[in-house]
Amino acid sequence: MDGQLFAQQVVSGLANGAVYASLALALVLIYRTTHVVNFAQGEMAMFTTFVAWSLNNRMSYWPAFVLTLAFAFVFGAAIERVVIRPVEQASHLTVIMVTIALFVTVNGFVLWVWTPDLRDFPTPFTGEPVVVAGVFFARHEIGIIALTVATVVVLWAFFRFTKLGLAMRAAAIRPEAARLLGVRVGWMLALGWGFAAVLGAIAGMMTAPLRLLDPNMMQPVLIYAFAAAVLGGIASPAGAVIGGFTIGVGINLLATYVDFVTPELELPVAFAVLIGILLFRPAGIFGRVAARRV
Amino acid sequence: MPLLELDGVQARYGPIQALHGVSLTVDEGEVVALLGANGAGKTTTLRAVSGTVATSGRIAFAGRALNGAGPESVARRGIAHVPEGRGILGELTVRENLRLGAYVRRGRREVERDLERVTEHFPWLRDRRDQDAATLSGGEQQMLALARALVSRPRLLMLDEPSLGLAPLVVQELFRIVGELNREEGLSVLVVEQNANIALQSSSRAYVLEVGRVAVEGESTELRAHEGVRRSYLGY
Amino acid sequence: MSVGFAVRAGAFVLAVGAIALLPRFISDFRALQLGTVAIFFIALLGLNILTGHAGQISLGHGAFMGIGGYTTAVLTSDFGGLSWEMNDLATVPIAGLVAGVVGFLFGFPALRLAGVYLALATFALAVALPSLARSQKLAGITGGSEGIILPRLPPTGDWLYYVCWSFALPMFVLAWLIVRGRLGRAFRAVRESEIAAVSSGISLPLYKTVAFGISAFYAGVAGALLAIPTTAIFPDTYPVALSIILLTGVVVGGLGSLAGMAIGALFIQFIQTDGPQWLQAVLDRVGVDINETAPGVPSVLYGLLLLAVLLTARSGVAGLLARGVSVLTNRIYHRPIKRQATPSRREA
Repeated sequence: MDGQLFAQQVVSGLANGAVYASLALALVLIYRTTHVVNFAQGEMAMFTTFVAWSLNNRMSYWPAFVLTLAFAFVFGAAIERVVIRPVEQASHLTVIMVTIALFVTVNGFVLWVWTPDLRDFPTPFTGEPVVVAGVFFARHEIGIIALTVATVVVLWAFFRFTKLGLAMRAAAIRPEAARLLGVRVGWMLALGWGFAAVLGAIAGMMTAPLRLLDPNMMQPVLIYAFAAAVLGGIASPAGAVIGGFTIGVGINLLATYVDFVTPELELPVAFAVLIGILLFRPAGIFGRVAARRV
Repeated sequence: MPLLELDGVQARYGPIQALHGVSLTVDEGEVVALLGANGAGKTTTLRAVSGTVATSGRIAFAGRALNGAGPESVARRGIAHVPEGRGILGELTVRENLRLGAYVRRGRREVERDLERVTEHFPWLRDRRDQDAATLSGGEQQMLALARALVSRPRLLMLDEPSLGLAPLVVQELFRIVGELNREEGLSVLVVEQNANIALQSSSRAYVLEVGRVAVEGESTELRAHEGVRRSYLGY
Repeated sequence: MSVGFAVRAGAFVLAVGAIALLPRFISDFRALQLGTVAIFFIALLGLNILTGHAGQISLGHGAFMGIGGYTTAVLTSDFGGLSWEMNDLATVPIAGLVAGVVGFLFGFPALRLAGVYLALATFALAVALPSLARSQKLAGITGGSEGIILPRLPPTGDWLYYVCWSFALPMFVLAWLIVRGRLGRAFRAVRESEIAAVSSGISLPLYKTVAFGISAFYAGVAGALLAIPTTAIFPDTYPVALSIILLTGVVVGGLGSLAGMAIGALFIQFIQTDGPQWLQAVLDRVGVDINETAPGVPSVLYGLLLLAVLLTARSGVAGLLARGVSVLTNRIYHRPIKRQATPSRREA
């Protein structure tokens, strides 16, 4: 085995995985706060990335990046308040349909406003490849991994150490009890959606330089993120992050070393992994077994 | 002016009316017990105050109407409601549960001091503060719920069946602490109890509910001597 | 025979008559569109048996349509090693059966998945299948990204109209028989309470997989009919969006209502082709120009209308009509309106 190739493939797998981890974390965040599996997560991420593209035409990268995150936050929170809140008590089927409706609307809206053209999207991580022990690593890949790890740490610290983070966790675990303690549960849920949209925006802005920006860009990423979230146990944030990196590296190594897995087959492989986990380990690798309620 | 005043309060769950006009008061610095059989409307009365059930009639707290305020706002007005089943967040640690008690308060340093102070009443909490609350026993969880309510510095504490499922000694301890807080800090308490004996011992006044109405009210010492109450609720 | 049955049968005969005569009064282009409506109608009937009656969500029915379409393409074309060159219409039932078998088999893993997880699995299927069709490994069968050329030249609108409705009407009757019969009762028992269905002696696994199979059979037939007039099919002939639009049609038409699927099918077709102009016509009055030819406008309409239905009228257009009728009859008879309770999602 060629050690250099292996190291490079692992790192670029980690870079892909970082994107999956961000989106998977967004899915888990929403699942934990509102018990919704958000099929529109990928499209919301794609939309905010288009907003970032437009902002990038007017300012330099980092101001646009920060503004995009702020926009994503407001957008996500607004979605929760306007379309998710009314179906809070409705059946699973209805809620899934609502996220599907969001999926179609957001996708159509971007096509309408930005047209279906493919676009280049800049990466902030430019320059010569990083050389470690004679092996070259692309800056963008290293950058994605670092940014994702930083985001995850910040988010973890927020939930662990701040009063607001604690209140959000309480609102997700037992809304009625949290309410009696004075926690405004409705706003906490909206905040959860806001943070998820921010994570999605980061995932989108990191994906676009790799794949070109187009309105269908995040659909395959969403499948990988689903696989990652399910691998980690759909309600476990740590599981989603580890799941994301595992899927990213795993698929990359498969594509490198198994001749059968051509690039077109990566998604079907992810699909098979997803089905396999759902069937044989529905609680994921890190999740707790939840009582099955039918 | 009473601290809490209910006047002709009605409440319903869908088609079922649970309260048919309950009137009661709790004065500042008083411990008031709310007794009655299962389904008499004791829990619903507390829920009417904390805004977790739809009501009509007048509910006033410290002279201002509470009607229509959601539970979040009621908590911010200074009413701590320890619900049936205690409302402990088992996946969070003991310390996190306590910190949530202080959620409605500002001033970090004072809150930290209160977190320390409350452990004087519950010394064991200090050693176990990093455990998940789910690992505590039922009695410990009830104590934690009480401690958490105290951290919010409530003007009124509402306890729903604190003795439920607890060993007699633990119940004694719990009511001893409540009494201590009432005497030392002037805490006002409205407590719902099945265990009429201990509730009447620990309170100054009491109300007995029957099918959503106040059937009997009076001084706790008088009620203990009241034949009907004795026969129906005290069992001698 | 109840009065209700006679009314329904009469309405059906009238509808058949109207469908048979309609092409005399419309352009060939409209006939082509209404032929496509019949295709969506078939797919929606199947999806509604699964979702509306058996209560199992599928975000991947476009994939089953794709399986039907590819089956027809492979059987009719002279492509690759498998040159059967069959008559395309003769392959339609085969396409249905192949999709049905795949759906039935997919039902087995789906057995262990409920609610959200089933939605995930079917969605992943819809996303993964086009990639699979594109794969070089399968190019010998699917033609890879170049797709497969079909032998038939583009047919006239009338031809497509009559062919598709000739499939759609018997399949509607079949769906009606299924839904009314023992199978339909079993499906609804599965939907209402999976646990109760088990205790009432219904074999849950069997009925769930059967519902998937029947539903996929309908999708396969629809997919085959969709392929025939296109002259060539590609992996993207059956995109994820198709699966999602089918669900939109089911919800707008009304979950559980078979006749409502005709409304759903019209919705799917005409929002796509005419919706943007209608929207523009409305907006012209307030002087707003939306650039109605832009891609994406139909999707926005699908999405917003689906949202509107979900947030206001869960039972879809058919349900609204039924409610309108029952409000009227209740006015006459002074009976209270029966309301169905929506099951709460958060029992905990």
